[in-house]
Amino acid sequence: MSTKLKRIFFWSLFLLFIAYGFFIYTSGTENDGGKRFLTEGAKRGKLLFQEYNCTSCHQLYGLGGYMGPDLTNVISAPGKGESYVKSFIKNGTQQMPNFHLGEADVNALTEYLNYVDKTGISPVRNFEVQYDGTIMQKAIQ
Amino acid sequence: MKKEVGVFFIFLSIVALLAGMFFGSLSAFQFVFPGFFDLLPFFKNRPLHVSLVVSWIFLSAIGGIYYYLPKYCGLPLFSRKMAVVHIWLFFITGLLILACYLLGKFGGREYWEFPAILAIPVFISWVLFAFNYFISVFKKIGQWPVYLWMWATGICFFLFTFLESYLWVFPYFRDNLIRDLTVQWKAYGALTGSWNMLVYGTAIFVMERIKGDESVAKSKLAFWMYFLGLTNLLFGWAHHIYIVPTVPWIRYLAYGISMTELLILSRIIWNWKSSLEEAKKDYYFLPFRFLVASDVWIFLNLILALLISIPAVNVYTHGTHITVAHAMGSAIGINTMILLSSVLFIINDVTKYTFSKIQKSIIRAGFWITNISLFAFLIFLTIAGAEKGILVIENKLSFQAIMQKISPYLVSFAWSGLGIFIGLIMTTVPPLVAIFQYLKRK
Repeated sequence: MSTKLKRIFFWSLFLLFIAYGFFIYTSGTENDGGKRFLTEGAKRGKLLFQEYNCTSCHQLYGLGGYMGPDLTNVISAPGKGESYVKSFIKNGTQQMPNFHLGEADVNALTEYLNYVDKTGISPVRNFEVQYDGTIMQKAIQ
Repeated sequence: MKKEVGVFFIFLSIVALLAGMFFGSLSAFQFVFPGFFDLLPFFKNRPLHVSLVVSWIFLSAIGGIYYYLPKYCGLPLFSRKMAVVHIWLFFITGLLILACYLLGKFGGREYWEFPAILAIPVFISWVLFAFNYFISVFKKIGQWPVYLWMWATGICFFLFTFLESYLWVFPYFRDNLIRDLTVQWKAYGALTGSWNMLVYGTAIFVMERIKGDESVAKSKLAFWMYFLGLTNLLFGWAHHIYIVPTVPWIRYLAYGISMTELLILSRIIWNWKSSLEEAKKDYYFLPFRFLVASDVWIFLNLILALLISIPAVNVYTHGTHITVAHAMGSAIGINTMILLSSVLFIINDVTKYTFSKIQKSIIRAGFWITNISLFAFLIFLTIAGAEKGILVIENKLSFQAIMQKISPYLVSFAWSGLGIFIGLIMTTVPPLVAIFQYLKRK
C-alpha cells in the first residue's frame, strides 16, 4: 500500500468523522423530550449532580456507577417520586453519604431528575426483537 | 550521560498502576461490604482508581514511545527538555487531581472526575508530546512502519476527543441531556480507541523487535487492520448509547461498524496455529509471554464486544457488570499485558539488570496469578451482569432485590480482584527495583 493511498484513506476517514460529529452535535441529538422541564433549578441540579460525583454510584440511561440504582426514571417509577428522592438526598443511606445539602440544593437536584425522567426510558423493558438483531421499543414499558 | 526520559515515565507508570490497583481493590470491597473503610468513601475511591489506572496506560505507553523513537527508530527526540517538562506537568497535575479527589472536589464526569480546570494542564502536556513526536518522526525518510501511524493517530485523536469530552462546559451541549450523553460517549469511545492505538502500536513494535522482522510492521495486512481499527475507533462507539433516544441511524451505523470486528476475529483464528507454534519458541522470554497473554485476551474480549454490540443482546447487558467485564478485560487483559511486555523489554534493554532466579520466579508466578485471577474476575462479572440484565428486563425486580441475588458473584469478583492486585505486585515490584537502581546510578 503506497503512502499516498494511506494518506487518502486516513484523511477520508477523518473528514467523514468530522461530518458525522457535526450531525451528532446538531440534528442527531436535537430531540430532547424533556425540554420544557429544563428549569433554571434543573440546570443547577445537573451541575450539583456532577459536583457531588453522583455518577460514581448512579447511572442515567445505564451509564455511570453500579453502587446505586439507575436514576433515569426514579421520579415516575411506581412507589417512588419526588418526595422519595428528596428523602434519600437529605438523609443518605448506609451506602449513600449524607452530603448535608440545603433545601435549595435538594430541590435543584430533584428538578434535574424530573427533567431527566421526561427525556426517555431506561432500562427498556418492553421491546420487540427484529430479524437483524435490532430492537423496536414499544410505547408502554 | 543523561538518563533516558522514557524510563522516568515507566517508573511513574508502575507506581500509578500499583496505587490504582490498591484503590480499585479497596473500592471493590466497599462495593460488596457497605461501610468498609469509611475513612475514604467509595465515591472518592472510585475516581482515584480510575484516574490512576488510566495514568498507568498513558504513562507506560508514552514512556515506551519516548524510549523507542531515538533508540530503535533512528529518530532522536526533537527536544529532551520538552519531554522533561511533559513529565513534570503530568506529575504535578496528577498530584493536584489526587488532592481534589481526597478533598471531595469533583468534575463529576466518567473517566475525568476531576474539576474541569485541571483539564488545561493535561491538554498542554499532550500538546508538548504531540509537538515532540511529530517533529521527531517527520524526519523519517521512506515508508513509515504501521506503529508510527498508530502512535500518530493515537496522539491526534486523544487531543481531539479530550477537547470534545469537555464540550459539556457549553450550555448548548450541557442543557440537552440527550446531546450531552451522546457527545460524551462519542468522545469517550474514540478516546479509549486513541489510547488503544498507542498500546497496539507498542505491541507491534515489541513483537517486531523480538522477532527481528521489520517487514511485519510494513505489510499490507498490517495497514488494512490499522484502517479497520481506525474505522471502529471513529464510528463504532454508539453501542454505549443504544438506549439513549437519539436518531436511529446513529445506532444502526454503530451496529454495522462494530460487526466489521468479525474480520479481526477471523484473522486471529486464522493465525492461531502459527501463532501458537511461534509462542512455544519464544515463550522463555518474559516480554513475549505477556504479548501471548494479551493475544488470548484480545480473542475473548472481541467475542464479548461483538455480542454486546448486537442491540438485542445489548438491551440486557447495558448498564450491567458485563460492561465492566468488557472494560476490565480490555484494560487489564489487553492493555496491561501489552504494556507490561513493553516495560519488561525496556528494563531489559536499558538497565542491563539481570533478574535473579528468585525474581524471575516471582514475576512468572505473578503472571499466572494475574491471568488466572483475571479470568475468574471476568467470569463472576459476566454471570452477575447476565443475571442482573435478566432480572431487570424479564422479572422487573427492584434494585435492592437484584443486588441481593447477585451478591455471591460480586463477593467472588472482589476477591479475584485482590488476586489480580497481588499478581501485579509480584510482576511489577522486581522491575520497579531495577528501574530504581538505574535512576539512582550516577
